[in-house]
Amino acid sequence: MLRKTGIPSALVATLALLGAAAPAHADWLLLNMPEGVTTMSGEIRSLHMNVLLWCTAIGVFVFGWMIVSLVKFRRSQGAVPDTTMVHSTKAEVIWTIIPVFILVIMAVPAARTLIKLEDASNSQLSIKVTGYQWKWQYEYLDEGVSFFSTLDRASDAARQLDSGVDPNSVPNYLLSVDNPLVVPVGRKVHVLLTSQDVIHSWWVPDFAIKKDAIPGVTNSVSFEVKADKPGTYRGQCAELCGRDHGFMPVVVEAKLPADYAAWLAEQKQAAAQNLTAAN
Amino acid sequence: MAHSEHADHAEHDHHGPAHGFIQRWVMATNHKDIGTMYLVFAGLMFLIGGAMALVIRAELWTPGLQFVDPQFFNSMTTMHALVMIFGGMMPAWTGLANWMIPMQVGAPDMALPRLNNFSFWILPFAFLMLLATLFVPGGAPAGGWTIYPPLVVQGGANFPMSMFAIHMMGISSILGAINVIVTIMNMRAPGMTLLRMPMFTWTWLITAYLLILVMPVLAGAVTMVITDHYFGTTFFSAAGGGDPVLYQHIFWFFGHPEVYILILPAFGVVSEIIPTFSRKPLFGYESMVYASASIGFLSFIVWAHHMFTVGMPLAGQMFFMLTTMMIAVPTGVKVFNWSTTMWKGSLTFEPPMLFAIAFLFLFTIGGFSGLMLAITPADFQYHDSYFVVAHFHYVLVPGALFAIIAAVYYWLPKWSGHMYNQTLAKWHFWLSAVFVNVLFFPQHFLGLAGMPRRIPDYATQFADWNAVSSIGAFGFGFAQLLFVWLIISCVRGGEKASDHVWEDTHGLEWELSSPAPYHSWTTPPSDAVILRGTTGH
Repeated sequence: MLRKTGIPSALVATLALLGAAAPAHADWLLLNMPEGVTTMSGEIRSLHMNVLLWCTAIGVFVFGWMIVSLVKFRRSQGAVPDTTMVHSTKAEVIWTIIPVFILVIMAVPAARTLIKLEDASNSQLSIKVTGYQWKWQYEYLDEGVSFFSTLDRASDAARQLDSGVDPNSVPNYLLSVDNPLVVPVGRKVHVLLTSQDVIHSWWVPDFAIKKDAIPGVTNSVSFEVKADKPGTYRGQCAELCGRDHGFMPVVVEAKLPADYAAWLAEQKQAAAQNLTAAN
Repeated sequence: MAHSEHADHAEHDHHGPAHGFIQRWVMATNHKDIGTMYLVFAGLMFLIGGAMALVIRAELWTPGLQFVDPQFFNSMTTMHALVMIFGGMMPAWTGLANWMIPMQVGAPDMALPRLNNFSFWILPFAFLMLLATLFVPGGAPAGGWTIYPPLVVQGGANFPMSMFAIHMMGISSILGAINVIVTIMNMRAPGMTLLRMPMFTWTWLITAYLLILVMPVLAGAVTMVITDHYFGTTFFSAAGGGDPVLYQHIFWFFGHPEVYILILPAFGVVSEIIPTFSRKPLFGYESMVYASASIGFLSFIVWAHHMFTVGMPLAGQMFFMLTTMMIAVPTGVKVFNWSTTMWKGSLTFEPPMLFAIAFLFLFTIGGFSGLMLAITPADFQYHDSYFVVAHFHYVLVPGALFAIIAAVYYWLPKWSGHMYNQTLAKWHFWLSAVFVNVLFFPQHFLGLAGMPRRIPDYATQFADWNAVSSIGAFGFGFAQLLFVWLIISCVRGGEKASDHVWEDTHGLEWELSSPAPYHSWTTPPSDAVILRGTTGH
């Protein structure tokens, strides 16, 4: 009896709740990994899509098989069990071998991409990123430019417990900083990561990069934003690093090379002025 | 034939439970009493850990901080995991092992009853200490259940308490595992050969070996963190030449087998329930045993897939990617064998079967996301995001937890002698099955869209799916109260259950009366009884 009335009513109740929960603006369509803007991010996404499609195909097959059993071999439909079916070496060999082949098909492109990702040669710019509780420091090696990057004031005010500020009113809530990292597009950037206190992790989803910043260890990762993709890209610390782990965003501005050069010159000048003032 | 054994039990009635709370429970040596205590304890911990999960999901209902401080939020995620894994899952499985293994192998009790008492009674004290950290200055541990240094060393008064509590839980697990191994190796009835053992006993044997191999590794990691903190060693501190990454290697050498410790007994339970309600023997019994053993072995050589982002050499990343992908093969064998067991069966859908079928579908989804996570370059995106949260909750909640619920619905009439209200149990199933997906499926989307795990507040574009997930959490959480009520009312009374309980049960536990006699098999079952039991596979 329950199977006739219980399921639909439970589903209807759930759907009704879902409908009630939907806020006016909707980001329901944020469902998948971003295509990204670096030379490698698209390749990583296609690896993801490739495996996802294989899993979906296997799922359709396996779940289909189970559903057929559930529908066809019910006792209520008069099904009589075939108790002689206890094992079949042939079937078991087949469903061991076929998955192995599928895995090989998945592993080959993954291994290729992995090798490419590890190649840090020919980088044109090195930036040292240091994690602190709870901010990032960016140092442009060979340029003498260095600064800290912390959560912007508007987000910081809104994120306090019972702040009374609606997060929706803050632009890029929790994903905006005072001083973003600035990089040129079309240049390979080599990032060196370390930390001054606990382990952090530097993640920009659009770059398909996540690498841990570990005290006493220098990690390296490189990326190149595609020449036609200048813009601001946002991410967050991905490794639990204490109380304000959720509040140390990573923001990267990718500029055209000329704009980048101008920005760098400005920074150098400011640094020189600071030095003079300090003296 | 079963009645010849019953006659013996009648004579031994004066060997029934001791009178008085202290004598019966504190000084318990009976496998059923200890099993019951384990299960009640696990149930209590599931409720406490579940309440913590609801604090998390309440805070994540909408952007902004409404209820808790970020530090307390981190304590909740940390404690939720520790309580669920070490207080809920592991004791629940040990409780089921205590109840079922002696009955399934034809033994009167566990091999080491006093050790059994000790391994249980460590737990309430360990968790009293762990939960007490909620009330000490600085609050409960907030560095994640993986207790990574250097963050964990920043813990205040909670640090020594939680570390000591983890040591105690480890000792309890090791003792429990030794007891299982000794019981299975030495207490089987004559004629109960290894390859006649029920799948639940088999998977628990493998689990017990994993436990005695890896729990000391966790103890080592915890001890090194303690000496780093108190005695000036620098195993994990770069300042003295140590390496924080070393800790992660040691931890995950424990941690990966640990997740199979949580799921292998689930494979056993499902391998018993599906044949019963398909009215057909388990397909490919021997390959199921070998697949379980291969999964156990592989679990030792895949650990670093939890730490692809720490910066390993290319060869290391490649190795761990490929070994991890290999796990899909024996796991696939299991799923195919279960599906084939249902094929050409005669299926009915009693509550244990419903949960086992949900396990089949939803655990497989968790397996798919596991395979995706193995792909190292893609893992750089998935790692430490909500995608991972979705993945491990799919294998642990509709995976391991559904199997625990299925096991309780399957064996509860045998334990209590009463049948529970099956209509209500089916309601429990449908509510759980629907809400568990509402709860965890959207977390895949959140992770892929870029939401990190373990954050108390999030950017506004993640609001929609977080709200859905929170609805699922409250629905799922409250649905479990039905389960609590069903168990309590079934223990207190109800329609009398027959000895075989279900229509087509095979296995020695069903040859005993319902409720099962206090000392399970005081005389070993005859060959004929054993053979009748093993026709299930």
